[in-house]
Amino acid sequence: MSGKRTAAVESPVPMMARARGQAGQDASPPVAHPGRRDAWLRLASLGAFLLLWQLGAMVADSRTLPDPLTVFARIVDETVSLSLPGHLAVTLGRVAVAFAAAMLIGALLGMAMGRWRRLDAFFDAWLVLGLNIPALVTIILCYVWFGLNDWAAILAVAINKIPTVIVTVREGARAVDPKLLDVARAYRLSRRTTFLRVYLPQLVPYLMAAARSGLSLIWKIVLVVELLGRSEGVGFQLNVFFQFFDITGILAYTLAFAAVVLIVEAWLLRPLERRLTGWRA
Amino acid sequence: MLEIRIDRKRYPDRGGRPHLALSGLRLDVARGEFVCVVGPSGCGKSTLLNIVGGLDRDMDGRVTMNGAFPEDVGFMFQEPRLMPWMSVLDNVLLVARAGDAARQRERAIALLRAMELGDVLDAYPTRLSGGMMRRVALARAFINEPALLLMDEPFVSLDSPTANRLREMLVEQWQRCGASVLFVTHDLREALALGDRVCFLSAAPGRVVLDLPVELARPRDAAAPAVDGLYQALLARHPELLGGLASAESGCDRKAAVASGAQAAGSGASGSDAGGQAQGRAAQ
Repeated sequence: MSGKRTAAVESPVPMMARARGQAGQDASPPVAHPGRRDAWLRLASLGAFLLLWQLGAMVADSRTLPDPLTVFARIVDETVSLSLPGHLAVTLGRVAVAFAAAMLIGALLGMAMGRWRRLDAFFDAWLVLGLNIPALVTIILCYVWFGLNDWAAILAVAINKIPTVIVTVREGARAVDPKLLDVARAYRLSRRTTFLRVYLPQLVPYLMAAARSGLSLIWKIVLVVELLGRSEGVGFQLNVFFQFFDITGILAYTLAFAAVVLIVEAWLLRPLERRLTGWRA
Repeated sequence: MLEIRIDRKRYPDRGGRPHLALSGLRLDVARGEFVCVVGPSGCGKSTLLNIVGGLDRDMDGRVTMNGAFPEDVGFMFQEPRLMPWMSVLDNVLLVARAGDAARQRERAIALLRAMELGDVLDAYPTRLSGGMMRRVALARAFINEPALLLMDEPFVSLDSPTANRLREMLVEQWQRCGASVLFVTHDLREALALGDRVCFLSAAPGRVVLDLPVELARPRDAAAPAVDGLYQALLARHPELLGGLASAESGCDRKAAVASGAQAAGSGASGSDAGGQAQGRAAQ
C-alpha cells in the first residue's frame, strides 16, 4: 500500500471557515449580513402594512375600519382590565391541548401508515374523508354528540387537524432511509435506540412542518369552536363584539392572539427546528 | 471459527420471479483470519455479507460462529452510511456497546485520532470529504472490537492514495483487535494486498469455486511486485474467474479450474512462487 500519508489525508470541508479565511485576506468592502438585511426588510414590510392600514382608516368610516392607534389603545385597555389575558389564556389552553393530541395521534398513525402498506391501504379512504370534511361539520357534530363542553370542542379541533398531520408524517415515514436502518440492525441496536436515534431524527423535518402548519390551523379552528359553543375564550368574545358591531374589539383581540401565536412560532418552534435540523445548514 | 453453509438463497427478480442468488456456498473463516471474497458483478457477494450480518435471514442453510449466529459484528458498507444529524464522535458512539460511557468516549476519541480525524470530532458528516466519511465508518466498525468484521467493498470509488491509506488503517486496526474479517471486493489486487485467503465466487448462483491462500509477507502493497506477480499468475491460470465467466453451470469446478490453470501455465504464466500459489484450493 503505497501512497504518502500526506497525499491521502484530505482536509475537512468547512465551507464557512474557508469563506471566513478568504474574507480575512480580501480587501473588498464588507457586505451586509443577509440575516440583518432580512430583518430590515421585515421591519419595512410591517411599516408599509401599518401605513396602508392608516390610509385605509382615513378613507373609510372609523367604525368600519378603526386606525391602528385606536386598536392598540383598545388592546391596552382590555389588557389592563384583565379581560383580554383571561380570554387569551382559555383559548391558548384549548389550542395547546388540541395541538398536542393532534400531533401525537397524527404522528403515530402517520408513522404506522408509512411503515405498513396494508394499514395504509386500509385507512387511506378514511384519511381522504377526514381531509375533506369541513371543519364546521365536525364541530357541529361533536357538540351535538358530546354536548357543549370543552372536551367536545377540543375533540372537534383535533379531528380536523389529525388527517393533515398523518399525511405529512406518512410522507416522512415513507422517505426514511432503509440503509440507515440496516446500520442499526447490523450493529444490533435495540429497538428503542433505533427508533429514537436512527428513525425519529429522519422524521424531524416532517414533524416540524406538521407542527408549524398545525399551529396556524388549530388556533383558527379553536376560534370557530368557541364562537359556536363556548362561553369564554377569544372566539366567544369575537362573537360578542360581532353582535355589537364592535370592529375595534374584533381587531384588538385578533391581533393580540395572532401576536401570541407568532411569538410561539418565533421563540419556540423555529429555535426548536433550528436545533433539531442544524446539521442540514 | 465462522462457518457459512448456504444451501440456497433466492430472492424475487424485477419481474417477481425467484432468482437463485447463492447455491451450495461453503466458506469457513478462522479466528483472526482475513478472508477476501471476489467475484463477478451480481454473483451474490453483498447478499452473502447481508446473510452473515443478519440483515437477510431468509435462506436455506446456516451461519454459525462458535456454535451460534454471529452477533458480535462490525459492518462497513459500500457507502459510509453515517447518521447526518450526528457528529463524527456521536456516529461512532451510537453503536458502542452499553457500559462505561466515559470509557467508551475515550476509546472512540482515541480511535478517531488514530484515523486522523481528531480535528473533526464535533463536525457533522456533511462537512467531511468522502475519504473522511469512510474513516469514520471504519472507526465505527472497530469501536466494539468485534469478533467478526464484515466489509462490503468499503473503499470503492475512492482515489488510489486515499484507498491505500484506508487499507493501511484497516490492517493496523485488524492486527490490533484480531477480528475475523470477511471482505468483499471486485478488485483482485485489493484482495491480494489484504487477505490471508482469497475466495472466488462463481457467477450467480454464487458459490466458492477457488479458495486461494495468500502467503505474502505483510505489510503489502497492491502495486508491489510480489502482489503483481501473484495477480499475473492468477490471470494466466484462471482467466475464466477473472473474466467473470465462472459459473456452476459452466463446469467451473475443481477439475475445470485445474485444467484451465494447467493450460494457462503451459502457455507461459510466470514461474514464480506466486505462480505456484495461484493454483489455490479449488472449492468443494
